[in-house]
Amino acid sequence: MGTNELIIQLAYLLSAILFIVGLKRLSSPATARRGNRLAAIAMLIAIVVTLLDESILTFEWIIAGMVIGALIGATMARLVKMTDMPQMVAVFNGFGGLASGLVAAAEFLRFQIGGAPAPSLDAAIAIMAGTLIGAVTFSGSLIAFGKLQGIVTERPVTYPMQQVVNGLIFVAILAAMTLIVVGPASGPGSGVAPELVYYGLWAGALVLGILLVIPIGGADMPVVVSLLNSYSGLAASAAGFALNNNVLIISGALVGASGLILTRIMCKAMNRSLANVIFGAFGQAPSSDAASGEKRTKADVNSVQAEDVAMLLAYATRVVIVPGYGLAVAQAQHKLRELADHLEARGVQVRYAIHPVAGRMPGHMNVLLAEANVPYTQLYEIEDVNPDIQSVDACLVVGANDTVNPAARDDPASVIAGMPIVEADRAKHCVILKRSLSPGFAGIDNELFYARNSMMYFGDAADSIAKIVEEVKQL
Amino acid sequence: MSGTILVSIYVFVLAMFTGFEVITKVPPTLHTPLMSGANAISGISIVGALVIAGMGEGLLFSVIGTVALVAATINVVGGFMVTDRMLRMFRRDGEAS
Repeated sequence: MGTNELIIQLAYLLSAILFIVGLKRLSSPATARRGNRLAAIAMLIAIVVTLLDESILTFEWIIAGMVIGALIGATMARLVKMTDMPQMVAVFNGFGGLASGLVAAAEFLRFQIGGAPAPSLDAAIAIMAGTLIGAVTFSGSLIAFGKLQGIVTERPVTYPMQQVVNGLIFVAILAAMTLIVVGPASGPGSGVAPELVYYGLWAGALVLGILLVIPIGGADMPVVVSLLNSYSGLAASAAGFALNNNVLIISGALVGASGLILTRIMCKAMNRSLANVIFGAFGQAPSSDAASGEKRTKADVNSVQAEDVAMLLAYATRVVIVPGYGLAVAQAQHKLRELADHLEARGVQVRYAIHPVAGRMPGHMNVLLAEANVPYTQLYEIEDVNPDIQSVDACLVVGANDTVNPAARDDPASVIAGMPIVEADRAKHCVILKRSLSPGFAGIDNELFYARNSMMYFGDAADSIAKIVEEVKQL
Repeated sequence: MSGTILVSIYVFVLAMFTGFEVITKVPPTLHTPLMSGANAISGISIVGALVIAGMGEGLLFSVIGTVALVAATINVVGGFMVTDRMLRMFRRDGEAS
């Protein structure tokens, strides 16, 4: 090992250590910002020492690529609205997957048409894995982006024999991979050129990524986004195996692990298995039992106006706010904060109960409320709120539905049975801000809306909250 | 199976365990920043992209390498910046924003 190579390897080791320390700090609020910077420094070190690599001969393409990428990345990061954060994360995941896939592709083509010595069996397998995971992450993330951005329908897209089709594509991909790695295709006169099979592998993997994500509905996006996050790490690891580069393997594995942890948290928060989320096409259509049961209308609920809500909240001692995806859609987070400020000025204790899967990505509500300057010390997990929720005077549900549906607790036959919920129905009073009585993502009716201690205030959340604020001011 | 790949598998498995151990209990407040910060780290493929874009083995490789480099750089620069932007917003009670 030459001096140059030694320096590079030691610097990579330093990067890997800093990534680990950075991630560790990212998981605690007090140190998170420093942790993120530390990880960025680790990345900078890895980039700088890589430029010392003796196989790098020209810098024109490198400079062009980095300048373009940095400009695009920085612009996106600065301009994105906090409400658009889920699709932003999805798109970044996709780019990570694409980069790893292309690195694997270059490694393959180098020996196939570039005349480099053939890779060992292990490296060839790693190249195939990197290609598959990278391409699936890329196209899957683009579909997730499309769904979150509203370009692709948020509803699960299903068709007959869906799993069979996906299965066949997967088998074809495996066959292509095997053919390339061990098959006679690599010998002369074998008919199909291996690079053609390889391009076919890319096409198949891209299609598979699309097909795996289209049947997944909008409210299951937190799981999909975390899973794709994990994939983007595993793709980097696979590229690391192909290049025999430890810093890629380590960093990729760290990201793979963190994505899996988040995926597991999200699945637990819905009391569903990962397989059910990915293949279940949940929330496909309003379920039949909701339609067949007695159809209830707005006449069956206690419909109230801003004045009533203002009175209840202003004279309460303890208020718990339960935000859901509807809060993000209505962009009502700033108005909500204003309402909370007025209530606190009157001596009301205000807390927020955050369901882990509220919104479209892990932590969506936390980011949204942070943007509106709500201190994170006011945000509580559901298990911290539920035990004494009966002493809460008013529970204000803003744009949430399934996550406050008591059927999850009471009805073992419900599709959401066993899912942890905010037990808003046990509070002394419950106010629900909602446009209509339409069911949530799970497609089932919500008994909370019809409860005796519930009040429904129909309308756009931002307008409704603004009116409540006006009324509170006059009290 | 060669010795190198065995070492690589060791490294991978131990790094996965390290990841699980280091991250285990993440407060929900940090779910999004952790995800986007981790995502920026997955842009480490930039290291591979740099070598391919610069090795001068013909136009095809320069183009593949450069596209990979652009994608990885967007991922890295955008990811770390947007994570920082989010974390700047998180504040405890009473802190100035």
